[in-house]
Amino acid sequence: MSLLEIKGVSKIYGSLKALDNVSLTVDTGEWVAIMGPSGSGKSTMMNIIGCMDKASLGEVLLDDVDISKVSSKKLTEIRRDKIGLIFQQFHLVNYLTAVENVMLAQYYHSMPDEKEALEALERVGLADRAKHLPSQLSGGEQQRVCIARALINHPEIILADEPTGNLDEANENIVLDLFRQLHNEGTTLIVVTHDPEVAEVAQRTIILDHGKLVKEVMNENFNSQNAAANNSGSQENGISDSGSKKSAETTEENPEAKKEKAEDNGRKADAMKARGKTRKGSKSKK
Amino acid sequence: MKKQNMFFRMITASLLRRRSRMIVTLLAIMVGATILSGLVTIYYDVPRQMGEQFRSYGANMIFLPSGDSAGITAADTKKAVNVINEKNIVGTAPYKYETVLINERPVIAAATNMSGAKATSPYWYVNGAWPEKNGQILVGKDIAETYGVSVGDEMKLAYAEEDEGVSNENNNAPQNKNELAFTVTGVLDTGGSEENYIFISLEDMASLTEKNTSYDMVELSVSASQDELNDYANKINNSVGSLSARLVKRVTQSETTVLTKLQSLVLIVTIVVLLLTMICVATTMTAVVTERRKEIGLRKALGASNKSIIGGFMGEGMMLGGIGGLLGSVLGYFFAELVSRNVFNSSITFQPLLIPLTLVASVAVTAIACLLPVRSAADVDPALVLKGE
Ligand SMILES: Nc1ncnc2c1ncn2[C@@H]1O[C@H](COP(=O)(O)OP(=O)(O)OP(=O)(O)O)[C@@H](O)[C@H]1O
Ligand SMILES: [Mg+2]
Repeated sequence: MSLLEIKGVSKIYGSLKALDNVSLTVDTGEWVAIMGPSGSGKSTMMNIIGCMDKASLGEVLLDDVDISKVSSKKLTEIRRDKIGLIFQQFHLVNYLTAVENVMLAQYYHSMPDEKEALEALERVGLADRAKHLPSQLSGGEQQRVCIARALINHPEIILADEPTGNLDEANENIVLDLFRQLHNEGTTLIVVTHDPEVAEVAQRTIILDHGKLVKEVMNENFNSQNAAANNSGSQENGISDSGSKKSAETTEENPEAKKEKAEDNGRKADAMKARGKTRKGSKSKK
Repeated sequence: MKKQNMFFRMITASLLRRRSRMIVTLLAIMVGATILSGLVTIYYDVPRQMGEQFRSYGANMIFLPSGDSAGITAADTKKAVNVINEKNIVGTAPYKYETVLINERPVIAAATNMSGAKATSPYWYVNGAWPEKNGQILVGKDIAETYGVSVGDEMKLAYAEEDEGVSNENNNAPQNKNELAFTVTGVLDTGGSEENYIFISLEDMASLTEKNTSYDMVELSVSASQDELNDYANKINNSVGSLSARLVKRVTQSETTVLTKLQSLVLIVTIVVLLLTMICVATTMTAVVTERRKEIGLRKALGASNKSIIGGFMGEGMMLGGIGGLLGSVLGYFFAELVSRNVFNSSITFQPLLIPLTLVASVAVTAIACLLPVRSAADVDPALVLKGE
């Protein structure tokens, strides 16, 4: 089942087409990377998918709702309920502690719950930093708070714009490992990146140039790679991934393979999602 | 419930952890609230303070015999004075004027109640001392000079009935003359016609004239507004027929004019200060909103509605308004006390009601000042959080 369907979307700023007739389908539970040179329209696309901006032309179906047509109030609701955001600049509120930053997302979504927020921080390995202000945290730690904030409301889709852009290798691996976990739980991930290593751990890479979708690359080894990563643990991920780099490249139009992959992943994702829900359910009982 | 907790947690965190901005705003509100509460205290205390000041300019009400009655009796005076609220009466001084002779030369003697005269005419300057008992007199400066008397001297006053034709029943006595000796305790310096008079007690006057004294005039110093004075005068005129109460227009009117002028000045200053506070709060709030555009964008990206964004900033503003108002109302009292001590030489009366009033006013003023800048926060585009710096 496709969670996101972009049909002939353009975003026009005066004479500039930041997005030019882009079409893209993302299935539930899929992990997609978006690459492309600076100014190619990646952030513009993320803003449109993230319900923070509207397409000038075309249709954007998120969960079968055309978000290019709804009111901005409705957009706010969809954004709140379905989307988790991760930014290159982290965007933590500088006068709130780590745990308060996570609770902020709960506050606008439903009910702030400090215990649950602490659990989310624990999950990203920051239990002992919960009472620190962003200025007292390293970049990697801040990005993990940002991830905890993005996942706290169990969004259907997590959008990450250059999540590792400000991080070193070690922290990048921690973040990618968290993405793997989220993916395994069935969360749909769309990650914008300049870093091929970050793109290669995704199932599929989309390349934008001058607002056009110019290339789509499937990661053939995704499953084995993912399994290997799970076995070998976070620190070695970067190394084990590098071995499969070259084989990952497949050229654009390969609809059959893509379809197969999608189905496979879709099934898996549904199972994961169900598991995730159970986890969520059992948690709320506590 | 829990949501409110988070709301307060966020605004207190913002205020406590972003101190520098907060302090500027707080200071502005506090100064505004101080001036507001201080000036309002003074505004309400000024009539009382000024009233006390004005009482030093002398009597503001007089009783005169009405129409055909020859004098005012002590009983009627008492009846009339009873109409006036006792605690507002600063002094009552009845006067009876008679011509007496000093060395066969006529001089006007004014009989009065010395303590009453002292209270109604506080600006009189007595060289020496006020008479304290019968047999003592106060002599006007001109008379003292003319007759060469000074404090401590003895002076003989004679009283003769001026009805020559009628009283000359017995030709053996040229005049029905009664003479008494008095001690001069003080010389009166007023700069007015009082310097030509001799002041003696009512009892001495009765002994001298051997007549039951009625009054020619009663002077009163009443601490009340002009309206209240008019009220009293009307009541007295209606209830006591033998005398007529009048206001000393010169004193009461200038008192009222000065009061209204002072009060409107205080009012204008208060309004100006409140406006300045508003401008200052609005400016700071505009800066704060601009400064926190990214945070606003982020909150919106997290799903905050415009309402909750505005609510958050208004919450911060009103919290500052409350704290500033509270501090200001306390400081305002000290400010008013300081002004009162320096200007009126007296202490201010504390108005407890002014604390909630100042609180409400400063919260309201802050809220109004925040309205426009905070509304612009709602216009922030959440898309900016993904658009680099
Ligand atoms: N609000 C706007 N008004 C006008 N032009 C805009 C606006 N937002 C984006 N653009 C333009 O649209 C184009 C795409 O911008 P976008 O931010 O999507 O690029 P990007 O792919 O994210 O680049 P980067 O990798 O540098 O982040 C750019 O040329 C940019 O200048
Ligand atoms: Mg970008």
